Amino acid sequence: MASQKRDAAIVGIYEYPKRKAPGVTPLQIKAESAAKALEDAGLSWKDVDGLYDANDGAASGLGLAEYFGFKPTVIDTTSVGGSSYEFQASHARRDIAAGKCKVALLTYGSTAHSQSRAIGTGGMGGAGAPSPLSNMTDPYGITLIANYAMVAQRHMAMYGTTSEQLARISVATRAHAVRNPEAVQAMADLGFVGTGEISVQDVLDSRVIADPLHLLECCMVSDGGGAVVIASPEVARGTKKKPVWIIGSGEATKYNENGGDLTTSAAAQSGPIAWRDAEVSAAEIDIAMIYDSFTITVMVMLEDLGFCKKGEGGAFVSEQRLHYKSPLKPALNTDGGGLSSNHPGMRGLFLLIEAARQLRGESHSQVEGAKLAVAHGNGGMLATSHTGGTIILARD
Amino acid sequence: MDRPQPRFPEPDTEPFWEATKEHKLMYQVDRKTGDVVFFPRRFNPKNGSMDLEWRESKGLGTVYTFSVVRLNRHPSFAALGAYAVAYVDLDEGFRILTNITGVADPTTGIKVGQRVKLKWEDQSTGYAMPLFEPA
Repeated sequence: MASQKRDAAIVGIYEYPKRKAPGVTPLQIKAESAAKALEDAGLSWKDVDGLYDANDGAASGLGLAEYFGFKPTVIDTTSVGGSSYEFQASHARRDIAAGKCKVALLTYGSTAHSQSRAIGTGGMGGAGAPSPLSNMTDPYGITLIANYAMVAQRHMAMYGTTSEQLARISVATRAHAVRNPEAVQAMADLGFVGTGEISVQDVLDSRVIADPLHLLECCMVSDGGGAVVIASPEVARGTKKKPVWIIGSGEATKYNENGGDLTTSAAAQSGPIAWRDAEVSAAEIDIAMIYDSFTITVMVMLEDLGFCKKGEGGAFVSEQRLHYKSPLKPALNTDGGGLSSNHPGMRGLFLLIEAARQLRGESHSQVEGAKLAVAHGNGGMLATSHTGGTIILARD
Repeated sequence: MDRPQPRFPEPDTEPFWEATKEHKLMYQVDRKTGDVVFFPRRFNPKNGSMDLEWRESKGLGTVYTFSVVRLNRHPSFAALGAYAVAYVDLDEGFRILTNITGVADPTTGIKVGQRVKLKWEDQSTGYAMPLFEPA
């Protein structure tokens, strides 16, 4: 029985449709998305009194308030990479419950693709002020993909996980992407070799980028963005769409430590906090929206969130699950994920958006009778230091 | 082109890198608790104590995990071909990010759990990179 707490709900969502948006700025994407998400909720620009921003538009909290013309009573600039929006949703719920604001707006905008940012393969080093971490990592040429790949290598060595098993995550996610017209357009616009369904063999035949991860196990680098409106129960009573309640949340960090286990992520800490908060267990969850920067990210987090035991992720994803029509829960990344639909650098907002679509009954890959969803965002680097933000959502 | 070099001022890691000029791999230990501290810091992250001392590692360890980078667009690494980045667990109890060299084909010649030993790669800056090869 899920928590009946009704502190705050997602009442408006918008995902910017283009993944290739030359000539548009991140701030413009944020503004357009804000307007559309408020319209989706049936709220207006002047209703917003809580502003949540991950400093992605080069404007920060102060600059964004001015750009939007808001005078918010809450400004939260939590910026923890791809998980920023799960953290912000948790804070918005807390702030609304405390009476600090009634209508919270989360926005995201990025033109990572148009700027040709080599996020995964650019290597590290040489930018910004030096830090202890940068001085101990820059010289060795660890790319972002290699960082995650080192977790995959350890997972394989410890638990016998195979590339075939990891590939099933790419296959299921692509099956959802081909049902989502924006994802299909994204793959075409970004020059994917094929935009149809893929097989395990296709994944294994794609080139290795950083052992053991293949190209088709890596997310795309797109432009994009979106917005989410979170409101108090009083406001949610009058909005256009059915409210999607935030019933649980958890936050955590995890980093490499001497003797530490890198196959366990921050989700092992944030997950249990969120489950207790929501009074549900992983077994009850219909849809898992998990940050799929890479296949290994999803496998580790399925384990850490308690969908299966540590080390059993390979066997778990090999059963006929993850697909939206499977009788075995959960359905995974039903919008097509970062692997095949949308990844402008910080995907966490889209996890909330698709989870909300599912609980409203609006997904292109709608899970019949969906009642509960989890959105788990991951920020930073899985093998060095990262964050985990877990949000559990329920419909009435 | 040189690897990216450590940059200073960065007082936490400066003693570590200064010692590499003499081919010494240094780590810190909490004098009271014996906790090993690495990466270098001015305090023990387990208890906040600033009573630390530097010790020299023997340079023997085990590969905790690794990845072979096939594609890096950074100019320092773009021409290298496939190379291995790894976490090595030193016998003294600290984990270092490094490269594994001295194997004919890094895609097949490295295993998790493999024993490795330290070797130094001198840099034009005077620092030396602690790298590892099969022991």
